[in-house]
Amino acid sequence: MRFEYAPAPESRSVVRLRDSYGLFIGGSFVSGSSVFKTISPATEEVLAEITHGGAEDVDRAVAAARHAYERTWSVMPGKERGKYLFRIARLLAERAREFAVLETMDNGKPIRESRDVDVPLASAHFFYHAGWADKLGYAGFGPSPKPLGVAGQVIPWNFPLLMLAWKIAPALACGNTVVLKPAETTPLTAMLFAEVCQQADLPPGVVNIVTGDGDTGRLLVGHPGIDKIAFTGSTAAGKEIARQCAVSGQRLTLELGGKAANIVFDDAPVDQAVEGIINGIFFNQGHVCCAGSRLLVQESVADSVLDALKRRMASLRLGDPMDKNTDIGAINSRGQLDKITSASQAGEEEGARRWSAPCALPERGFWFPPTLFTDVASSSPVAREEIFGPVLTVSTFRTPSEALQKANATQYGLSAGVWTSKGSLALEMASRLRAGVVWANTFNRFDPASPFGGYKESGFGREGGRHGLEAYLDVVATDVAGTVADV
Amino acid sequence: MDVTSSDSALRRFLHGLPAVDEAGARDRAQALAGRSVKSDAKRTALDLAISMVDLTTLEGQDTPGKVRSLCAKARRPGHGAPPAAAVCVYPDLVPLCVEAVAGSPVRVASVATAFPSGRAPLDVKLADVKSAVAAGADEIDMVIDRGAFLSGRYLCVSEEITAVKSACGEARLKVILETGELGTLDAARRASWLAMVSGADFIKTSTGKVSPAATLPVTLVMLEAVRDFSAAGERRVGVKAAGGIRTAKDAVRYLVLVNETAGEEWLDPRYFRIGASSLLNDLLMQRVRMETGRYSGPDYMTVD
Repeated sequence: MRFEYAPAPESRSVVRLRDSYGLFIGGSFVSGSSVFKTISPATEEVLAEITHGGAEDVDRAVAAARHAYERTWSVMPGKERGKYLFRIARLLAERAREFAVLETMDNGKPIRESRDVDVPLASAHFFYHAGWADKLGYAGFGPSPKPLGVAGQVIPWNFPLLMLAWKIAPALACGNTVVLKPAETTPLTAMLFAEVCQQADLPPGVVNIVTGDGDTGRLLVGHPGIDKIAFTGSTAAGKEIARQCAVSGQRLTLELGGKAANIVFDDAPVDQAVEGIINGIFFNQGHVCCAGSRLLVQESVADSVLDALKRRMASLRLGDPMDKNTDIGAINSRGQLDKITSASQAGEEEGARRWSAPCALPERGFWFPPTLFTDVASSSPVAREEIFGPVLTVSTFRTPSEALQKANATQYGLSAGVWTSKGSLALEMASRLRAGVVWANTFNRFDPASPFGGYKESGFGREGGRHGLEAYLDVVATDVAGTVADV
Repeated sequence: MDVTSSDSALRRFLHGLPAVDEAGARDRAQALAGRSVKSDAKRTALDLAISMVDLTTLEGQDTPGKVRSLCAKARRPGHGAPPAAAVCVYPDLVPLCVEAVAGSPVRVASVATAFPSGRAPLDVKLADVKSAVAAGADEIDMVIDRGAFLSGRYLCVSEEITAVKSACGEARLKVILETGELGTLDAARRASWLAMVSGADFIKTSTGKVSPAATLPVTLVMLEAVRDFSAAGERRVGVKAAGGIRTAKDAVRYLVLVNETAGEEWLDPRYFRIGASSLLNDLLMQRVRMETGRYSGPDYMTVD
């Protein structure tokens, strides 16, 4: 019997959108010189007007951050800083529904993901780092590690609020102040976060948010008043930033692209592996830097795994991101949709065989069906370059060492997955895969206590866990007088 | 599938099945439990669930009066709802049920084979089955010998199922795995396949006498088993989730699990059942709510 789920849209009434948003500088919203619009990628409706931050605006924001750093935040005892972070964490949890709905409207990701993953994890990051604020002397970086100063942070559009939390929580816990630039297409939850900072009575200037495009980002990372740059985004932009601050002495951490291998051995728990493959590449429409975009499956089980995978892909529910039963939402922007489309076409032209899930695409908005490529040459760009969309390439291997060689044969090294019932094989693979995170019998699982970051062109530096603190501490300082870690 | 020729052949086959990762199976079951089923979909689901209920009473204190009232409820649950799939009772009450449901689509299911422990000699178990069938039972719910299964005597379990199946004649055979005693989802998957290759028409989670009874993860694994068995060119085997399913919300979660694991072919009382007693009233209460827009209460439901 056919069993169709009726539409179950989450209500938008919890969100109060403003017509226009200013920049958040020195604790209040200020206007700038020009504006741009942010749209919902699922419907193409205009959601709000956003201020485009120019050179003067960045100057003002950096100055406010410097002032707050010197007068307030760096001299505040860690246990007091921690109280603010706990307060922010609680406010994020209390206003979770509002954040989730707004994130889905602006980003296009399914409400199920923003509700169950993005927002709870963002809150968890603040809780986790709140706990560190008065314990930095015990983090293994000496008895009184110092903050770095003003951090300039540029974040991507795939997990807007979560990436904000990954950047702001450790910076603040360690005693730095920040100027953050959200992605051009997804600024709204950052603006709501600014309201939360006000609600939490966070001292003015500790968090400043300057919206804008790539030019605003360049102004920020090129600003001489910035002591530390943290960037998450494309490898191309990361290289540009690395060149820019090669001689400036600014501290830099980069979290860039990936082309992760998801390796399925013949003794894998097949049904769960199929779920893991799905979660690895179709979670968040594949807009995940650590997405498992290269499936490597042992030849002896390749046919059965592929059959099961296609059957499962056909059951994915693509459509209105606000519907609580939607599995696959909208592609974030027309630009990204064009990139995914042309990468897929190039794959077909090179002779790879394309299979897309038979799902109807909505007429308005930006959509791409879950897709896989078989008969892919390892040298083909579709198998080598990051597509950042719901596109999986499938190839086979015969032995564990061949799997390892193929998995490591990439310029990236952000994550990898291993599926096997044999614990020793999982551990052996994990120790030899050149990737910052290796998941065994799971994928795309995040925790604030676990460090995340890349090898090779996936960047450097770690976020999360004790390791992540190092990016925001002057771990070589020998000044024992101490300004910040008076716990 | 001829893998039942010897203990070692069965062992090779069952232990060659793909493993189950417990954490992954739990995650998947939980994700599906989060599906939102509203309005028309909920209306459809409630009636479908009612038509899949094996209305059950398996107590030492069961009396003819109690069982007659249960049969009446199964035939006409009230409030415009469709009849339940079956009544499920101990063998001695089968004749009474046959009479009470005569002329209705409600089937009579009887537990047998020294239910619930299964601890009796094979000839006693077979006599148990034959008497229930002779009394008119349409369906037999047998229990497997969990002791034999856990000690690796798969052939013993298989032969017993085969013997019971042949004693069933026309009656459909549900094989109770009692997954709460098997310990792991790997064991649940092996027991599912063992039952299927030995002739089961249905595989059933639990007796209801052991905790945990039916759970979403174990039902997920069993649904995967019947799906894969059918995909391998074998017959379509049904699944019965029994015990611990008390609310309409839970029942709808099981239907979602069936829909997205085995597929719509299993959304049919011939291939999916829910063994329950108190569930029916909650389904009816939700049904009334859908129709009137107001919550009813237990005082408006019959006690059977």
